[in-house]
Amino acid sequence: MIKIENVSKWYGQFQVLTDCSTSINKGEVVVVCGPSGSGKSTLIKCVNGLEPIQKGRIIVNDIEVNDPKTNLPQLRSHVGMVFQHFELFPHMSITENLCIGQTKVLGRSQDEARERGLKLLDRVGLSAHAEKFPGQLSGGQQQRVAIARALSMDPICMLFDEPTSALDPEMITEVLDVMVELAQEGMTMMVVTHEMGFARKVAHRVVFMDQGQIIEDSPKEAFFNQPHSDRAQQFLSKILNH
Amino acid sequence: MFASLDFSIVLQAIPAILQGLLYSLELTVVAMVGGVILGTLLALCRLSSNAYLGFAAKVYVDLMRSIPLLMMILWFFLLVPLMTGVRMGPENSALITFTLFQAAFYSEIMRAGIQSIAKGQINAGFALGMTYSQTMANVILPQAFRNMLPVLLTQTFVLFQDTSLVYAVGARDLLWAAKTVGINNGRTVEMYIFVSLIYFVICFSLSMFVKYMNKRIAIIR
Repeated sequence: MIKIENVSKWYGQFQVLTDCSTSINKGEVVVVCGPSGSGKSTLIKCVNGLEPIQKGRIIVNDIEVNDPKTNLPQLRSHVGMVFQHFELFPHMSITENLCIGQTKVLGRSQDEARERGLKLLDRVGLSAHAEKFPGQLSGGQQQRVAIARALSMDPICMLFDEPTSALDPEMITEVLDVMVELAQEGMTMMVVTHEMGFARKVAHRVVFMDQGQIIEDSPKEAFFNQPHSDRAQQFLSKILNH
Repeated sequence: MFASLDFSIVLQAIPAILQGLLYSLELTVVAMVGGVILGTLLALCRLSSNAYLGFAAKVYVDLMRSIPLLMMILWFFLLVPLMTGVRMGPENSALITFTLFQAAFYSEIMRAGIQSIAKGQINAGFALGMTYSQTMANVILPQAFRNMLPVLLTQTFVLFQDTSLVYAVGARDLLWAAKTVGINNGRTVEMYIFVSLIYFVICFSLSMFVKYMNKRIAIIR
């Protein structure tokens, strides 16, 4: 589904990604973790072409993302993305947020989009808030709406860029619950997160990054039980022992 | 000291004043609408990754902002007929000058407005599969307009007050009408007082309206 092949990226002189390779199969849940500044968020933004890459290839659903001939809007329309800061559109009601992509991009009718949107809103447990504005919801609620918005496009896979790191601790669970459910339904997911509990529960593989490189790419059990790089061991002992 | 003033002239002057006012308002509305549209395009050019577009827009804006409006009105009125052979009369000439001039100011306001919207919002639009223009039209510009509305409208008051400058080319605006009636009847002081009052009432009620609008369309955060 997603293939990342020898990807390197520079911001000017500064190299942020070095020769990264991994792949995500259909139905697989891959958690990407690592210390801040390790390039995880940058890597996931390259997957749907929000950030350009200078070297290597990224292939999503057999389409090369960084090929200039690729119709990026079309490709992105079926790759769902959830951001750290939710990025709901603050000037639109929750329903409008859920409909805009469907009507403007997929060409669905207003009624059809509304029906689909409200169904998804119900799924994330927020039916009562359909006519409110994003600013009237809590962070956790906003992030659940953002997930519903991404799902409204019927994506073939979902990208999560630190979906819980801007949330208060008690709101993290409600968002993770939605994500776990999604994973259990077989959605293909690439998740940048520090939530190791989530990784243990639903991830198939864990990718560990440091300083722009993929240091470790292992099945979940192997990663948690015996990470083979020192760096990953240090990282795990730091975030698991508190 | 004011005993010699006779405000009965005001009643007589009303038809002429209304006609002048109508033109002043037309000038304001045309320059505002045209200026906002053209200004938004200029702002998008300045923010675009195309260096030529950005440079051209910057030169335009800097030039317009460095020349007094009165000079622009005069030069446009005198030079354009010379260069193109088209005579358009002071009223139409002023309409175009004001639109071009205001566009430069609105473009700076819109540029700040667009930049005030976080990059994440653009990414969110893109991630949904929207094109650049769809993202601008549905996500960025509506928010930029809301954020910038107070400044845009303040600029519009200034514009309305500046319309009085068109007297320089003899366009028949509110001030011209008042002055003409005043001179013809030897009552210039009365007419100038009256016309000041009209400017004040219009600007003051507009600013009340802005306060009301701000409350109504502010984004809930």
